[in-house]
Amino acid sequence: MSVMSGADHLHIVTSDDISPGRVRAGKLLIWGSAALMVVIALVQLGQSLGWWNAGFTTWRPTLYAYCLWATAVCWAQVLIRGEQGKRTLFVLPAALFVISLTVFPLLFGLIIAFSSWNLSSPDGRQFNGVANLVQMWNDPFYWNAMGNMVWYVLVIIVEYAIAFGLALLLNSQIRARKFFRVAFLLPLMLSPVAVSWMVGKSMLEARFGPISRLARALGVDNPSFFESPWMAKATIMILDAWTFIPFMMIMLLAGLQSIPKELTEAAKVDGAKGWKAFWEITFPLMLPVSVTAILIRIIFKLKLADIVINVTSGGPGGATDTVTSFIFREYRERSNVGYGTMLAMVYLVLIVIFMTILMKWAARYARPQT
Amino acid sequence: MTAQIFHDSPADRGHSAAWWTSRIAIYGALILWAIICLFPIYWTLTTSFKLAPDVMKGNMIPWVDFTPMWKGWEAIGLSPGTIGQESTVREEFLKRFYNSTIISLTSSALAVLLGSLAAYGLSRFSYKWAWMRNDDISFFFLSQLILPPVVLALPILVLYKELALLDTQIGLILLYTLSVLPIVIWIMRDQFSTIPTELEEAAMVDGLGIWGAFFTIILPIALPGMVAAFILSLVLTWNEYFFAALLTSTHANTLPVMVASQTGSQGINWWSMAALSFAAILPLIVIGVALERFIIKGMAAGAVK
Repeated sequence: MSVMSGADHLHIVTSDDISPGRVRAGKLLIWGSAALMVVIALVQLGQSLGWWNAGFTTWRPTLYAYCLWATAVCWAQVLIRGEQGKRTLFVLPAALFVISLTVFPLLFGLIIAFSSWNLSSPDGRQFNGVANLVQMWNDPFYWNAMGNMVWYVLVIIVEYAIAFGLALLLNSQIRARKFFRVAFLLPLMLSPVAVSWMVGKSMLEARFGPISRLARALGVDNPSFFESPWMAKATIMILDAWTFIPFMMIMLLAGLQSIPKELTEAAKVDGAKGWKAFWEITFPLMLPVSVTAILIRIIFKLKLADIVINVTSGGPGGATDTVTSFIFREYRERSNVGYGTMLAMVYLVLIVIFMTILMKWAARYARPQT
Repeated sequence: MTAQIFHDSPADRGHSAAWWTSRIAIYGALILWAIICLFPIYWTLTTSFKLAPDVMKGNMIPWVDFTPMWKGWEAIGLSPGTIGQESTVREEFLKRFYNSTIISLTSSALAVLLGSLAAYGLSRFSYKWAWMRNDDISFFFLSQLILPPVVLALPILVLYKELALLDTQIGLILLYTLSVLPIVIWIMRDQFSTIPTELEEAAMVDGLGIWGAFFTIILPIALPGMVAAFILSLVLTWNEYFFAALLTSTHANTLPVMVASQTGSQGINWWSMAALSFAAILPLIVIGVALERFIIKGMAAGAVK
């Protein structure tokens, strides 16, 4: 018998009678498939350490054994725990999937991070302790990329302001609202690679690009968007903002539309108009949505890479590098997996610290005003 | 002409002038931003019909500035003249297009399947796995969003090499599913929490099991949310470049990788580049225009609690 309780949970009482034989079959299923997996993995490990030759060319058999084990674990839940197991079955596949694709590679990544491993050299992996950390500490380009990330993240404030403005525009009494909404949404749908080429390289081309021509018509003598470091950084920021502003805009628009009409009308009756109404009514009400939108935007910004890789490949002199694009190039040029992984791991640690602080701070800051 | 009975007071007429200014400002801003959003698409489309001199002169309006030619589309074998002929470039393009389609559709479907099940479970039952309760499990899933792809990229590269999954569609599908799963769970959790539990309770009183109730009662109601999650995943996976560039080389390349590798020895052929880019973004433009409300629904989920 199991009873579910809780306000938003199902209230059902179910009875299970699970025979001992069924439980035994379930346990056998789990442990049998686990044993099979371990045996295959050990045989393969032995081969890769050179103890024997079992004739494997890849680690695929272990992968298949793992899949079999995962399936067996899911199935056995129902066998052993009946109704309760059927409930577990909703979450278990996704959990196993995520664990096998993130937790396992991350642990594996920790090993790689402390080794020198050039994929193109025949030496294979060599443990080199903290040498990667020392190299990282002395790598000006990595810290430069880190510094760039700070700027890239800070500019989100501007993106937010523009997105908020657009959301307000779309929320006002206008005709052809659907047309404008679709038009404003489209940049998000475009592949960043195509955008990098057609906007970043073609439209910003110094000689014939329409934006350069516009700049020239506006009196800029020699428009170049990627020569000076700050200009290049700003251009990348604008390109990225262009693709992602719709995202924030839609979230903010949803927030605006959920504000009860009575509130804004009451404010109007009380004489709040224009700016005052916005700062005293709309903005405080929008704070939770704004915080969510900005947090998600920061998360996406920290992954920024494809535009940088395609438009500037980090240049000039690393001025536009993001951490991701830097590691990408580092790997492409030297195919050193170990060093790249160490850089990525350090980045992950910094991100987790940063996001935790930010989320704590946001939770405290956004709550009192709601 | 009839005499007007009701007149606006002068104060109101002043107000109407202000109203007109604000109208003009609003529409001006809307149109300006619409141009900013749409012009690059227009530029891509027109450039694909230009010849080299047109590109160099920066001509912009077809039939006025320049005569549209099929040159760009010929270069990828998709112009009316070349569509009947053998074309290696077209085959290449179609192969990449096919890869992109298969990979994005499969991974989105897989993510929606796994994600909806997990989100449903988390919204209906209370779990206790070791020290983890529902909130912790939800956080575990959603925290994957923070994980930057670059952290997984190199370990996955090495693992895939050992598993012979490099340059395969299945390899990319797994990673893409992983990368959109948190978003799907986010959207679906929001969706399921709006469905009253009485529905399943009634269904179960009528003799359905929890899985039966889920498939016959809940899924049809949650379908709009699933479509939203699916479309959003489709957009993200179709456009993904980083993993595709790192993990594929010849067989499983997707369209973004093909677009990115178009630099020839004598510079870039802008017309063919534009044609290729346009062909790559066209499916999503169509989806964006046709299914806009689902995309908006998906992104708005969780924004409003």
